This record gives sequence, C-alpha cells and structure tokens, in this order.
Amino acid sequence: MTASDSTLRRFLHGLPGVDAVGLEARAASLGTRSIKTTAKAYAIDLAISMVDLTTLEGADTPGKVRALGAKAVHPDPTDRTTPATAAVCVYPDMVAAAKEAVAGSTVKVASVATAFPAGRAALSVKLADVRDAVAAGADEIDMVIDRGAFLAGDYMKVYDEIVAVKEACGTSARLKVIFETGELSTYDNIRRASWLGMLAGADFIKTSTGKVAVNATPANTLLMLEAVRDFRAQTGVQIGVKPAGGIRTTKDAIKFLVLVNETVGEDWLDNHWFRFGASSLLNDLLMQRQKLATGRYSGPDYVTVD
Amino acid sequence: MASAFEYAPAPESRSVVDIAPSYGLFIDGEFTEAADGKVFKTVSPSTEEVLSEIAQAGEADVDRAVQAARKAFEKWSALPGSERAKYLFRIARIIQERSRELAVLETLDNGKPIKETRDADLPLVAAHFFYYAGWADKLDHAGFGANPRPLGVAGQVIPWNFPLLMLAWKIAPALATGNTVVLKPAETTPLSALFFADICRQAGLPKGVVNILPGYGDTGAALIAHPDVNKVAFTGSTAVGKQIARTVAGTRKKLTLELGGKGANIVFDDAPIDQAVEGIVNGIFFNQGQVCCAGSRLLVQESIQDELMDSLKRRLSTLRLGDPLDKNTDIGAINSEEQLARITTLVEQGEAEGAERWSPACELPSSGYWFAPTLFTNVTQAHTIARDEIFGPVLSVLTFRTPDEAVAKANNSQYGLSAGIWTEKGSRILAVANKLRAGVIWSNTFNKFDPTSPFGGYKESGFGREGGRHGLEAYLDV
Amino acid sequence: MSERLSVFKTYKLYVGGKFPRSESGRVYEVTDSKGNWLANAPLSSRKDARDAVVAARKAFGGWAGATAYNRGQILYRIAEMLEGRKAQFVREVADAEGLSKSKAADQVDAAIDRWVWYAGWTDKIAQVIGGANPVAGPYFNLSSPEPAGVVVVLAPQESSFLGLISVVAPVIATGNTAIVIASEKSPLPALSLGEVLATSDLPGGVVNVLSGRTAEIATPLAAHQDVNAIDLAGAGEIDGLAKELEIAAADNLKRVLRPQPVDDWAATPGIDRMTAFLETKTVWHPTGSLGASGSSY
Repeated sequence: MTASDSTLRRFLHGLPGVDAVGLEARAASLGTRSIKTTAKAYAIDLAISMVDLTTLEGADTPGKVRALGAKAVHPDPTDRTTPATAAVCVYPDMVAAAKEAVAGSTVKVASVATAFPAGRAALSVKLADVRDAVAAGADEIDMVIDRGAFLAGDYMKVYDEIVAVKEACGTSARLKVIFETGELSTYDNIRRASWLGMLAGADFIKTSTGKVAVNATPANTLLMLEAVRDFRAQTGVQIGVKPAGGIRTTKDAIKFLVLVNETVGEDWLDNHWFRFGASSLLNDLLMQRQKLATGRYSGPDYVTVD
Repeated sequence: MASAFEYAPAPESRSVVDIAPSYGLFIDGEFTEAADGKVFKTVSPSTEEVLSEIAQAGEADVDRAVQAARKAFEKWSALPGSERAKYLFRIARIIQERSRELAVLETLDNGKPIKETRDADLPLVAAHFFYYAGWADKLDHAGFGANPRPLGVAGQVIPWNFPLLMLAWKIAPALATGNTVVLKPAETTPLSALFFADICRQAGLPKGVVNILPGYGDTGAALIAHPDVNKVAFTGSTAVGKQIARTVAGTRKKLTLELGGKGANIVFDDAPIDQAVEGIVNGIFFNQGQVCCAGSRLLVQESIQDELMDSLKRRLSTLRLGDPLDKNTDIGAINSEEQLARITTLVEQGEAEGAERWSPACELPSSGYWFAPTLFTNVTQAHTIARDEIFGPVLSVLTFRTPDEAVAKANNSQYGLSAGIWTEKGSRILAVANKLRAGVIWSNTFNKFDPTSPFGGYKESGFGREGGRHGLEAYLDV
Repeated sequence: MSERLSVFKTYKLYVGGKFPRSESGRVYEVTDSKGNWLANAPLSSRKDARDAVVAARKAFGGWAGATAYNRGQILYRIAEMLEGRKAQFVREVADAEGLSKSKAADQVDAAIDRWVWYAGWTDKIAQVIGGANPVAGPYFNLSSPEPAGVVVVLAPQESSFLGLISVVAPVIATGNTAIVIASEKSPLPALSLGEVLATSDLPGGVVNVLSGRTAEIATPLAAHQDVNAIDLAGAGEIDGLAKELEIAAADNLKRVLRPQPVDDWAATPGIDRMTAFLETKTVWHPTGSLGASGSSY
C-alpha cells in the first residue's frame, strides 16, 4: 500500500469513515465513568507515571530544565512513594541539560524536533534537528508531520519524511509522530494520518504540539486509540498513543485513562504505550494524590512550582 | 475485559429518595385506599427487595377517578391556555429540581442503570413537560384550525420500561390541550407515578386534573372500557393493544397506541464501523433491550460480517452489568421475573431453532432478575427470534447482500416502529430511509429521543404519534 | 319513425385496471329511487375482494413512489375526463338519488371540483403536516407524511357520486391505493367512475371498485391482514356494521376512520380525510461539526 502515491491514497481513503457526532458521543459517554477511591488512587499514580513533563518555551534555560528534571524524578518531595513521570520533553538544545537532570532515574528525555512546532523547514534541516537531539542523548523524538503536504494530498511526502526521521532516530530513540490534529481538522483526516504514521514506522502517535487552539480532546484520542487497536489486530504491532495539550486536571486525565481502558484495554495501561503531553496537569494530579492520602483538600502552595 | 484498572464501586446515594412503606391511589387530589382495600407489593428487580406496598385500584376506584377527572375537566378546559401552560412549566421545574431523587427512585423500582435514569429518562421527562407547556396557549396556531377543543377525560395506560418518561409522554400533551387524565402505571413500576402525583400537589394543580391508579391489567381494562372516558392512550404490547382496539370499537373514544417492534438496524459495508458498533450496542442494550423501538434485528452486509462481529463482541466484553445504582453500570436488571422468563423462553427457542448464541463472560448477581447481553448469529427471517419481540438484551444478527435485500428484510415484519441505517453514503441513507416502513428512522445513530420529534409506528406497532406538534392531535377533537 | 333502440351498458367491476365480472358470476338488480330497473350490477364475492387487495398491493409501491407532482397531474386528468362525461354522470346521479337534472348537475360539478381540489393537494400536504423538528442535539430531524398503504373505502350509501369522490380522492391523492366498495343501492356512478379512471393515466390497481352487498364485501376486507386501513363512511347507515368491522380491523391494527355524520358533502372538506390515512415518518441524521477542531470540547 505504500508502493506508490496512488496505492497509499487508495488505502487511506478506503479506511472506514468516522461519524463525528457518534465519535464525540462515545467519548463523552466514557467521560461519565465515576472513578472513586482505590480506582482513583490507581489512576492518579498511573497518570503521573505517564506524564511527559514538558517545557517548550523560547525562554527555556538549563536552569529551568534542571528544575523540571528534578520534578519529574520526584514529583512530590514530601511523598517519596509518588511515581516518577515518564519523561521530560524539551527542545533539542536542552536535551543535554535534561539528561543530566534525570540521570540515574527511570525518567526518559524526549525531544521535539523536525522544526517543531510548524515543521516548515527543508527535510535536511529537520533531519539535522533530529540527529542533534539523538546525539545529545534523547531517548525519544517527538516529530511533527508536514500538515501542508497532508492537506494537499501529498501523502507519500509525509510518509517518506516519517521514514527518514525514523531512520535518523536510529535504534536508540523511539519516535512519536505528532499530527497536529487541530490543523488536520476532520476526524477522517485524523484516522488517515494515524494509519499513515503507523505504516511509516511511528512508535507513538501523538495528537498535537500544544501550540494551536485545539489540542488533545477525548474524541480525537479515542479515534487514535481505535486506530492503534485496529493496527495491532491487523499487523500484530503495538503502537503507543500520546494526547498532548489542554489536559490540565486530574478529572480530565482520568477520562483519558478510561478511554484507554475501555478501547484498547490494559495492554496500553503503561507508560511504554500511553503518555500525557502536559505540564500543569502534574500539579493537579499531585494535589489530588495528597487529598486521597490525607483526606484534606490540598492547595497550590503544597506542590512545587517549577 | 479484565483489567488492571478496576473501577471501584461508585453507587449513587439511596438516601436522596424517601420511599414510604405504603402508597394509596391518587384520586381527586388525595391519596386514598382502594375501595376494596386491595394492595400489592412493588419490588426492586435488582435485589427482589420489597420497596413499598401499593393500593390496587379496582372498578369502583376507576369509576371514582373518572368522575373526578370529569368534574375537573370543565374548569381545566375553560382555563386560559396561558394558565395551563404555567402549571405545566411549574411541573417541569419541580421535576428538574427533584431529578436526582426521581432518577434513583426509578432505578430502584425499574432496575435500569442510574446512568440512564440520570442522563436519559429524567432530562427527557422534564423536557417533555417544558415542550408541551409552551403549546398550551398556542393551540390556535398548531395547524388544527382555530380554537381546537380537548376531548375530555383521557384514560392512559403505560408500561414499565420508561415509567416516568411514558407518563410524561401521556400527561404533558393531554394537560396542555385541556384534557384531564386518569393514568394507570404498570404494576411493576408504580412508584414514580405516585411521586409525580406529589409533584402535581406541589405545583398546585387543581384536584382531579391528574389521577393515578396503580394496578394490574384488569385495572387498565376497566379504565379503557369506562363509558365516560373520551380518549384512550396505551403504550405496551401489541397483543394488549389489539384487545384495546376491540374494546373501543364502536365507541367515540379516540385511540392512540404505541406498541411493539422488531427494529432493523442495517449496517452497510461503508458504514463508520466504530460508531456503528456503538449504535448497535445502544440499539439493543439500552435499558436491557426493554425498548419497543430497540434495534433487535441487526442486518449486516455479508461482506463485513466477520469484521463487524469481531468488533461487536469485543465491545460487548466491556459492558458492565450489575448494581443499577452504580454510576458505572451499563446493564441493569430485567424488570420482572415474568419478563425474565419470557426472554429466557425465546432465547431457548432461538437455540432450539439452530441459531448460534454468544454472550461475553459475565457474572450475574445471585439475587434479582438478570440476563446477560446476548448475540445470535446464523439467524434467518424464519427464526422466531427474528420475528417476535423479545424485549430483552438479545440481538439477532442476519445478513444481506444488496440494499434491496436489506430493505426487503427490514420491512418483512408485522411491526414498523423503528429502523437504523449505517452508511457514509448520503444518497443511500435517503433512498433506504424512504423505503423503510417504520415510523422512526435513525441514520448513523440510534435510540435518540426528543420532545419535538414525533414518535410512533406503522403497521402493528400502533398508530398515532407522541411528541412534537403531531402529538397534540391525539388529544384534540380534530 | 320509430325511436332508436338504445344500447345498454354492462356494468362491471374495476380491479387492477381491468373490468372483470364478479368471479361469482352473480349480479343484482339496481333500481332508481322509484324502484324502476336501471341495470344489473356485479355482486362481488369474497374472492373479488381478495383479488382487489392483491391488485391494490401490487400498485402501491409505484403509486406511493410516484412524484407528488405526477400524482397531481393524474388526478387533474381524472377531473378533465369527468368533465367530458358529465352528462352521463348527471343522468346516473339523478336516477340513483332521485334528483332533478339541475340538482344532479350540481352534485357532479361539485364532485369534479373536488377532484381538482385534491389534485392540488398532492404536492402540498407534506409541507403542511411535515417538517423539520428542532431537536436538542446535533441532529437534523425531519418528519414526513407517508401513505398508510392499501385502504378499503366503504363509499357513502346515499351520496353516490359526490360522497364517493369525497372519500376516494383524498385516499389516493397522498399515495395510498384503494379498494372502494360502492354504495350498495346506487353503485352505478362508482362503476362508471372506474371507466373514467381507466382512461386517465391512473395506474391499474390504484383504485379498485367493487359493487354488491356492503357488509358481505367489507367483512373479509376488514379482517384482511394485507389491508392497512379502512374508511367506514358507508358503514354508518348499516346497523352494527361499523363496530363489527372496527373489531375485525383490530386484528392487524388497521387505521380506522369511523363513520361521521355528513350533512353536506359539498362543504369544504379540510385535510382530515387525507391525514387519516397518512403515517408520519421521522428520520434523524447526525449533523456534526465541520471538523474535529470545531468540536465542543
């Protein structure tokens, strides 16, 4: 199906359509699950362990990244039973600082690359960006697809780029492919992009950069979970999913975990297969965790600002 | 699906509702014992716990209630529409205020999940009263000529599957148009109607405008046969509907019937598969399949049968059956022992006739009335389970090859209440919808309801429409 | 000069677009209001009734599926044909109802005008009684009227032509097919109407006309499982028949239009005789948003 532009197009356009109302209704209905007590405690720790703690600012400095790394390793200094986050996520030039900050822990370093977030650069520049990050020790690369090419119907170009980036990742770095679902706009496009990314060798498919108006939603994440489920059923290959941007509260995070649980099941309930791209989410998870432990509502002064 | 992520019990609090040990009949604004002192018990179908003891109306009580309604009719029908509207608006608001209480009550008495009573039944009940409240002073503009007159006393008999919602569908348009009512709730689910009686009192509704007579089939039969009833509205089985049609034959009683169905849910090979699976599940497992418009016959295009069945089975494995008060329960209890027996008999017949039965691994509670979600494959039009209404969580799967064949099979039924169409091709939706002989058709969705949307069947699914402007006609002398 | 001997007409049934005699081979004498013999009319049997249902069912799909404009054109064509044979109908109505020529002419004029009235309704009724319903959700929801199916019409016993047309035209205007049981004592205008229909582009089987004993024909039709509805207009004058037929109709839950007293068939009829034999079909379609980014989350 990836033999030529036309076979790839035929395949992607032959995927089952998505009814937007039905998809959103299903996502909303799973959002009404009531997760209490022990289930909530489990979900909060799982969510913390799935966070890609992210800073992607022009103002990022080694100091800022070091603080972030410390927070990722020990999210709650008052409670050492709190799990570490999955990773810290930074720009390529901050990878070295991040590696240092999380050294000796389980926390991975993820780097956005490929002229993130717009991706508007020559392939050679994007690949150099990736190689830089990998060379600095990045465990994971979060690339953006060429949305312009995708929307212009140039699927093969998008595919080839992902293949090239995957190659640049080598054997050491896992590749997350960001679709920027808010720019792809339709659910049919999101399903096609998911399959395109998986066919091209993505280890993870990821909703968005966090830099546009609409980022991760329950509906687009549900749709991507359905895609990885179907992809594994057809190929035997398991792919991870990462919603990113806009997930700020424990309540939201638990809704996403319910989506995972009831769409793809426990095989994905692990930070090797599911991540949250987030920053402020972590503190809310920590406050809720403190509330469960102490019975008192916590406050922002009882979690660290990093 | 066994998972590391086990949801802890999340029961809705029962304390929000206070069920008295006994309830009377509601006649002429007062709760009263039955003339012959008869009572019956109502139980919670999920536990078999006795919830309350209910006065059982007999013929004398029917007569008294009809007389009360007749007496109230004169003033009620003469009231300006705008005043009747305000009573209905009050009722709608009180229902909204008390919706959590009523949802828990309905779940206890009916056995359906709190998720449904909270998110479907109660919002629709309130919306129905709001909708018809607004009609009360606009009847001149409803398309039935100037100053359309009410019929008089409406005798209404409702089923147990959506006790309060069916009450709303009956009472709201009847009152808006100026009729007074005597309503008989089902014997297994009388409580929400009696709570509604209390809401009528809170709203200050004049005495006798609404009368509630709990009882069995004989109570309903007496009500329908009462010579001073002008309008008969019934929702329930086709067999009883036919009996009612015979009873009112030769009288001037206006009749509307909402009866059984065997809805075809047609899935074409270009359907949005994931949403279709949700629609199939919603179509047959909503309210344990105890829905007259359930999509109980799945017609799937043969070319995608295997793929769809795999997806459907995987999805059924995630359904959560158990305590209806648990907020995460998807499948609650069957409403009664009698209904459970009927489902069981028909399912056994399906197996005996050679259809292939499948259910997900599913532990049933030890007390109460339960039936696991069930699929039958290898079903043909000749199977009993493809023709008879099961009224339970049992889906019969048939295949078709072409759109013509799908339509022919869908229409090959004594019923004609609902149907579903799943395809991404817009013109096919319109072509197929056009050919289906059914009163409600859902394309790329299923089991959606709205007070503005007329509901009712073709053929032996009954006649007349409830909801929307159309729903007014049943209660007007036009 | 001797008067020319006229040619009598053999009155026949009209079933499936053809003019059969009753399969029973029976006829009965039709007289005018003074008891003078007018003609022999077929005395339909149960089997004739059954054949008529088959014809009406066969014609239903095509007629219901025709465009409303097309049905209107055909109904108007019927009015044109009637206009051309007015003299014949005036004579038949005068004989049947004991009316003067001019009173009978009034009846026929009103009957023709009624066809024209209903011809104009075919493509308007759906707009008047159907429409979009503003449901509270992302759905387009549309209610449309559809014909009930095969409708048995017991034509009024007294008003042999205007009454007849007042009950037949609304049934077929909306796409139903009809089995008409003619007035028992005055069936000739109805049987002649069949001849007009046969030459008016109306597909065979859309209207089927039976003559004979109303109760005898109506009873099996009321119980027939492939009949969808019944108009009891002509049962009102026959003691107990309306109730009996309504009970039989309950077997498959036919839509029943009970007999109602009609003082004046010439009065504007309203739309009730159309809506009595219409179903309402409501279809839900998801609308959704233009894209995922427009979702409400």
